[in-house]
Amino acid sequence: MTEIQFSGFGGQGIIRCGLITGKAASLYDNKYATMTQSFGPEARGSACSSQVVVSQDRVLYPYITKPELLVSISQDAYDKYEPELREDGILLIDTDLVKARPARGKIKMYGIPSTRLAEELGNRIFTNLVMLGFFTAISKVVTPEAMKKALPGLVPQRFLDINIRAFDQGYQYGLETLSKDQKKS
Amino acid sequence: MKKVKADPKGVLTGAHYLDGDFAIAEGALAAGCRFFAGYPITPSTETAERFAERIPFVGGIFIQMEDEIASITALIGAAWGGRKVMTVTSGPGFSLMMENIGLACMMETPLVIANVQRGGPSTGLPTLVGQGDMMQVRWGSHGDYQIIALSPDSPQECFDLTIRAFNLSEIYRVPVFIMADECVGHMHEKVVIPPADQIEVVERKWYDGPKDKYLPYKPDKDLVPFMVKAGDGYRFHTTGLTHDERGYPVINAECQDWNVRHLSDKITKNADKIIKYEEDQIDKADVVVISYGITSRVAYRAVQLARKAGIKVGTLRLITVWPFPEKRIAELAKKVKAFVVPELNLGQIVHEVERCSAGQAPAVLVSHCGGWVHDPEDILKAIKEAAK
Repeated sequence: MTEIQFSGFGGQGIIRCGLITGKAASLYDNKYATMTQSFGPEARGSACSSQVVVSQDRVLYPYITKPELLVSISQDAYDKYEPELREDGILLIDTDLVKARPARGKIKMYGIPSTRLAEELGNRIFTNLVMLGFFTAISKVVTPEAMKKALPGLVPQRFLDINIRAFDQGYQYGLETLSKDQKKS
Repeated sequence: MKKVKADPKGVLTGAHYLDGDFAIAEGALAAGCRFFAGYPITPSTETAERFAERIPFVGGIFIQMEDEIASITALIGAAWGGRKVMTVTSGPGFSLMMENIGLACMMETPLVIANVQRGGPSTGLPTLVGQGDMMQVRWGSHGDYQIIALSPDSPQECFDLTIRAFNLSEIYRVPVFIMADECVGHMHEKVVIPPADQIEVVERKWYDGPKDKYLPYKPDKDLVPFMVKAGDGYRFHTTGLTHDERGYPVINAECQDWNVRHLSDKITKNADKIIKYEEDQIDKADVVVISYGITSRVAYRAVQLARKAGIKVGTLRLITVWPFPEKRIAELAKKVKAFVVPELNLGQIVHEVERCSAGQAPAVLVSHCGGWVHDPEDILKAIKEAAK
């Protein structure tokens, strides 16, 4: 069982990240995936999160308890959710938007300038897809094929191609990050 | 009872990733619901949104009403106009509907209401889970009557049970309630919608006899009277007042006895057909955990931990909550040491378990006021205590 938390500020496509991941895992990777989201009084611009529990067996308890994968695309979200990350977890951040402290314990931290890469693709609205590609490469919880299959219906049809390009770019960046990481160690 | 295949127009066949609220809307469309009147309220609004978005392509009516009182009233009218009808709401809206839920029961009107429960009382916790309306759904309107209430534990079951809710409401001419909760309503999971020809829906029992012989409240063999559609040329009367077979008011004790017992009998005498529950490892169990809705999933995690610790624990998940499976609970009460009943309230269904157990086995409540689900450890502790 894997507990995943996506976090950022309202409007960055954080809920969408959870939806795409959950749909990909449960419809195309034949796993069980339960997605929940923070339904607090959060408005656009404040910290928000979505959570996905992915498992080979039916998910019973629907919420995450101690996530092993945390994605943070904003400073507020990082400050709010990082303390909940498991000691041996993986933390993924947007390097331009999050000023991270040195990683705690055995936590592995990986960064990507996802917002900047999205802007280079034409619009920062694709930030979440760049990050999802990066997440997919690093975490290996869901296959990239499943993630891309999950996109129709969850992104506007006319922007499907560019969303896939954003995903691929993030995925590629993730693979490169991993290979650099391996060389170092 | 006439069973037919679902109208493919309303059936979104395939595997989807939906939240429970959306799944309720899809279940309604698959079941043939073509009229929805409601007033938006968190955490049920998504069902109304989905229905409003889909209904123009299926053919039917969605009306946003001025409040929940008007919503339920519109449902009663549309049901008598021949449609399968539904609304969704949560705590405060559910309270507003109570008077006319009684009217729907008295007029024997088939309709479906989903209550996506949030924390109460009053406006309480608009965005957070609760299970505090389980007694309200049974007893909330005045007088004696019976309803049917179902409790889904997942988006898939939101879809499946909504179809069943419509079928039961048509069979028994009674309001049927889907007692979901915010957690199930808002969680996304895989929902498989079968092809239309694999979905069985029940057609209303229409009267087709001579026009001058129609009696809207004359019970048939199955205790349920025939219906006609308003506008089809039948002259009939219906009222919230105590009435005879013709539907005209008769204000005396004899008619009251006949009328009210009938409302109750058509459900209680068919209870075995209506009641559904799911059991696991119950035969040799010392302790049985009885739960419903999202709490049953949280409880099951506690049950797994208890089994690892060597405790013989079984589970009974209520799928039909009302009518209550009293015979089964009474049977189990003779065999087990105790029942453990976790609920997101301060004790509602636990009282039913106690009543049915009649002192043969204690019913231990694991209460939680809502706002979040139980910590499985709290349920585990109660199971361990009960097994001693």
